[in-house]
Amino acid sequence: MEDEGKDNIRIGVYVCHCGGNISEVIDVDELAEFGGKQPDVVLSKQNTHMCSDVGQQLVVDDIKEHNLDKVVIAACSPQFQGATFMRAVEKAGLSPYVVQLANVREQCAWPHYDFPELATEKAKGMLSAAIAKARFSEPLEKQTMPIGKRVLVIGAGIAGIQASLDLGDAGFEVYLVEKEPSIGGHMAQLSRTFPTEDCAACILSPKMADVPANPNINLFTYTEVDDIEGYLGNFKVKVTKKPTYVIQDKCIACGICEEKCPIKNIPNKFDEGLTNRRAIYTAFDFAVPGKNLIDPDTCLRLTKGEGVCEVCERFCPEDAINFDDKPEEEEFEVDTIIVATGFDIFDPSEKKVYGYDKYNEVITALELERMIVHSAEGNPIRDLGKKIGFIQCVGSRDEQIGREYCSRICCMYATKLASLLKHSNPERDIYIFYTDLRAYGKGFEEYYKRAQNLGVRFIRGRVAEVFKNSDSDKVTLKVEDTLTRMIIEDEFDTVVLSVGLGLSKSTDKIANMLRLAKSGDGFLKEAHPKFKPVDTNREGVFLAGTVQGPKDIPDTVAQASAASSRAIRLMNQGEYPIAPIIAFVHNDLCDGCELCVDECPVDAISMSSDKAKVNDAICTGCGSCLASCPRDALDLHLYTNKQLLGEITNALKEKKEGETKILVFADDTCTYRLADSVGTAKLSYTTDSIIIRVPSGSRVTPKLMLAALKLGADGIFIGECEENASPYPHSGGAIKENVAKVHEILRKEGVKPERVKFVQFVTVMLGGFVNNINGLASIAMEAGAIPQEKRDRLVVNINERLFGEKYV
Amino acid sequence: MSDKIKISRKNVEFLKKIEDLSGEVIMRCDQCGVCSGSCPMISEMDITPSELMRKVQLGQEDVLGSKAMWLCASCFACTVRCPRGLDVSKVAEALRQVNLRKAIDHIDLKDIPDDEIKRLPQIALVSEFRKFTG
Repeated sequence: MEDEGKDNIRIGVYVCHCGGNISEVIDVDELAEFGGKQPDVVLSKQNTHMCSDVGQQLVVDDIKEHNLDKVVIAACSPQFQGATFMRAVEKAGLSPYVVQLANVREQCAWPHYDFPELATEKAKGMLSAAIAKARFSEPLEKQTMPIGKRVLVIGAGIAGIQASLDLGDAGFEVYLVEKEPSIGGHMAQLSRTFPTEDCAACILSPKMADVPANPNINLFTYTEVDDIEGYLGNFKVKVTKKPTYVIQDKCIACGICEEKCPIKNIPNKFDEGLTNRRAIYTAFDFAVPGKNLIDPDTCLRLTKGEGVCEVCERFCPEDAINFDDKPEEEEFEVDTIIVATGFDIFDPSEKKVYGYDKYNEVITALELERMIVHSAEGNPIRDLGKKIGFIQCVGSRDEQIGREYCSRICCMYATKLASLLKHSNPERDIYIFYTDLRAYGKGFEEYYKRAQNLGVRFIRGRVAEVFKNSDSDKVTLKVEDTLTRMIIEDEFDTVVLSVGLGLSKSTDKIANMLRLAKSGDGFLKEAHPKFKPVDTNREGVFLAGTVQGPKDIPDTVAQASAASSRAIRLMNQGEYPIAPIIAFVHNDLCDGCELCVDECPVDAISMSSDKAKVNDAICTGCGSCLASCPRDALDLHLYTNKQLLGEITNALKEKKEGETKILVFADDTCTYRLADSVGTAKLSYTTDSIIIRVPSGSRVTPKLMLAALKLGADGIFIGECEENASPYPHSGGAIKENVAKVHEILRKEGVKPERVKFVQFVTVMLGGFVNNINGLASIAMEAGAIPQEKRDRLVVNINERLFGEKYV
Repeated sequence: MSDKIKISRKNVEFLKKIEDLSGEVIMRCDQCGVCSGSCPMISEMDITPSELMRKVQLGQEDVLGSKAMWLCASCFACTVRCPRGLDVSKVAEALRQVNLRKAIDHIDLKDIPDDEIKRLPQIALVSEFRKFTG
């Protein structure tokens, strides 16, 4: 294997300590020394922080001084600092694609934290593989794509509203889509906000009114997102506007229809089902848009047909009723997307010991919000009584229900609700039973103290159970005061469950459409926990608000503004850089057999002068065409055959007698990032594995798999996105076909076919990744290393075996 | 005046020992008190289960003299409710083991009159052996 045109390659190797993250586990001296000894490596250095200015400058200076052609950095995952180092080498006059990262932090130091020696050995293999990949890298030119100024914002709670207003004000075209009949989200339901006790509706409603008033915002309420396809700068969005059966332009929301509607007992969702609405209704009194709509599931005319009841139509002074209304589909294109789909409160029915389903006296904090609003308006929903207890951490910090995280807002909203109850009637006895009181925000501690001054009593203990004694109609609450170790068993008029937050159910659909990753807590995952807190694993898709994790209103608004600013950053330049992962043809090898033409899932390959030709604009870079070429004439930029073969060779070069090693080909969209998440979570898996990054598992040709087995791999794992989460929806089938061919050859040569395994992942399956990798490693270990003689036989007459006699 | 306690290496050793015997990471207990509120034997106990856990966390060996561990019925009410996924009954068992391994015989079958042995429920004898034959 030689690089075309130049045999005198000069490679610089750098080992990053990552401030201890890497150097505390991996012996960086040994690793750097090892790197320095590799062929074509002219220098090998270490730095505490390669990504720092100093580290980057070191690379720039060395490139100039030592005339380097290629750079290899053993550091963190390329998804974090890849772009940083590409910029650095570009600054020094090289192509940004000649730098390679050996991901020794997420995929070595962190998951193998407890095995420093094995980790150091593995890091050598990884560094060596990266050196090979860099050595054969092509010095390609940077490419850009045009980008416009259109944004889709999904969800119109306070996060979506804020993001849309920021973007609209900045002159960007916003498509704001909300599935409910009104914008406003959960904040519209709240009584007051902590710690200032402003009335939530009073501060929110002017912002809501600003939305339809903004000429740059296209508002779609009562609308579902059906499908999103495409990529940054070119997202195609399909939405369906649900029928309201009321001509919105005509309706003046006079309320006559509501008054006349005979269906009166429909639980009002906005009031958490505590009050009833009619079949024709408005979402709430300050809704935007504040027009009427008909609920098709309960309206007599819409459920039973003509002639039963058309009262609203008869009385409407504006002739606004239209029973023939139909769903309207609409399609538009956007350049970036902000996901602000928010949270659902924890369903306390899951926590049976608190009796939410059993006792009327047990309510959620959100129900109490609505009750306080109704009381303040002079029409209380019910008498809450004199003695009220709040139970904290319901659906938070609780392994029994699989929610380990703190929901962050419950301590303060309970303090607020307790204060409001005490204000409105100082005779009330209010108790808050807490595990730890977290008053971390601006003004929170002071607010906590104010509540204590008001007479709200804070008792440290997690409530064990809520029950009713047979001789009483009140609920009893049992808890230990952990500070005195005394058991409290006392009756209460009302028990309020301070329910935690979870990802909203409707988010799953959006996350799947956009192939977004989730973090361990089930919320959507940011691209970097510190420096990219509103970016996602998808370029051009951003997060705002509680969809990323529990947060209060100020944090939500700050994040929404951050998300719009990140979106503007991409769109304002008019173009953005893209990675040239595109298939290409080695014309000298192509014999014009046309086998590849049908293989391409996007029809990017055609024939031109008896040679295959790839259309760069159409090719998505999956690499699945490569397997169809008997002459290896098809290749993929940034993941060329030479590069991958070099990586495989070097990854296995350090393998010792008696060891078994598995190679994990990880697709960039899901599996590679999943492996990074596993490392970040410090979940441990076998050190006998090396991960090789590919754009898609379908890039891994049968020849490459067999070559890996010949070169010393004892197991091959191919990880790919699940179909609905994959940028290459066809890839699953292509990989299955490739793996089946390899299995057949293995069977014939007496090698266990189980050694080659294919699994589809989504980015949240952390445990699944660990189990699968460990599983394959133990299959390889139990079966033992494959004898070299068998390995060699695997690649004999390989073309004939894969493509038939014609292609010997 | 309140008692002073020492927090030193030695205390950590006691904690380690109980963690090893119980298999529970006792330091993960965040002292929420759900175990105490859930315990059906609480009214008979001298210290609550959460206090027992705290004393072990601090390495206070006087916990070995408490009655609470012997009253634990292993009903697992605490275990199924512990928000940190700890099994307090296993910690109580570990503490009982430490006591039992001192191997002090408190009963001798020979000393029990035959007719009493006949009258005693089997489970009482079994549990006596279980407790006192370490």
